[in-house]
Amino acid sequence: MNRFAHIVQRDVRLALRQGSASTMVVMFFVLTVTLFPLGVGPEANILQRMSSGVLWVAALLASMLSLDRLFQADFEDGSLDFLTLGSLPLEVTVLAKCTAHWLTTGLPLIIVAPLLGVLLHLEPAGYLTLMIAMALGTPALSLIGAIGAALTVGVRRGGVLLSLLVLPLYIPILIFGVGAIDAAIGGLTERPHLLVMAAMLLGSIALCPWAAAAALRLNLE
Amino acid sequence: MTFSGQDLSCIRGERVVFQNLSFSISSGDALILRGPNGSGKSTLLRLAAGLLKPAIGSLSWQGDEAASDDYHDKIHYVGHLDAVKAAFTVQENLAFWCAFEGSPTVEADCAAALDRLGLSHIADVPGRYLSAGQRRRLNIARIAATAKPLWLLDEPSVSLDDASVARLVDLIADHRRSGGMVMVATHIDLALEGADTLHLASAQAEQAA
Repeated sequence: MNRFAHIVQRDVRLALRQGSASTMVVMFFVLTVTLFPLGVGPEANILQRMSSGVLWVAALLASMLSLDRLFQADFEDGSLDFLTLGSLPLEVTVLAKCTAHWLTTGLPLIIVAPLLGVLLHLEPAGYLTLMIAMALGTPALSLIGAIGAALTVGVRRGGVLLSLLVLPLYIPILIFGVGAIDAAIGGLTERPHLLVMAAMLLGSIALCPWAAAAALRLNLE
Repeated sequence: MTFSGQDLSCIRGERVVFQNLSFSISSGDALILRGPNGSGKSTLLRLAAGLLKPAIGSLSWQGDEAASDDYHDKIHYVGHLDAVKAAFTVQENLAFWCAFEGSPTVEADCAAALDRLGLSHIADVPGRYLSAGQRRRLNIARIAATAKPLWLLDEPSVSLDDASVARLVDLIADHRRSGGMVMVATHIDLALEGADTLHLASAQAEQAA
């Protein structure tokens, strides 16, 4: 447990020192969302209608943007060899790195999302659900993305390949994330959507570290 | 304590790197791997570390056939890359690996290892300003900081100056005196007393003969 915390701490500190990762993700999120009112026009009812979808799609893309560095930096400087050889199982190391990735990219998105909701005239009833849905969805994005990041770790310019691999896997989170917000706004219960999202998060905590660790082992050969 | 490999063969990219290779080391032993470029020294070390799987053959730890997972936590491996994070200072780089290996006394271990490799005076310098030799010494400090029985060193002397090579030889000698085992691939003569040498002939040369 202690070692788990050490890896999380190291990755978060590296991300903060290098500064760019979190800022870049948040700026990308903000800019993409800002483009919609400019492109579609400022009519409140149109923006309102598509606000939940725009927020989620932009969040998916922003979260994916930083995935390619998840393992690549450690792969390139040789750290990954030593992380693999340590007494900590590689699966746990992967989980720790995903946790750090979520803390530095997912968490800022959750904080910024409501502000952007205002920009898109999101109805007041949707804000709480938006934040809960993102709190459940973004960790799952990091975990699922880790599989793609691990598969493409040795590939030069693997970013595009990574998005082709990972985006289809993000679709369920998008559907239920948007569904929860729309249900809350429409006066229905958002509970079933959120429960499905919680189930997807638990499922990815259980499965993704194993898949990603197996992919990393293959890439180290 | 013994570590051995039996009839190991390795195929990389449809090319046989080496075949029918056996070795055995026990407590206090050193095994020097020699051979021309491309003869499979690094491959053998990565294979021993469990980072690669042999095509044929097996590895044994304490005489029992072992999957690499069984002895992962008993290995220190030094490869061609030094795993130095540019944004971390020398001290922070080393402290992470100490903590990762579960050392209860990170501060003391780091200080001792930095002193041993002559890096104490640059402990606060960020990794990006280190020279190649200093990075290599930091990597070696990593294995000096936490005790593990088996060291797998892949050309550890690359970019080290004479004084640092002497420190490395000293370190290996101490490690062997305390019952450790060392496998080292090298092109220069490291003064390791009573070390066995394993010659890896180039596979192409073998096929031609």
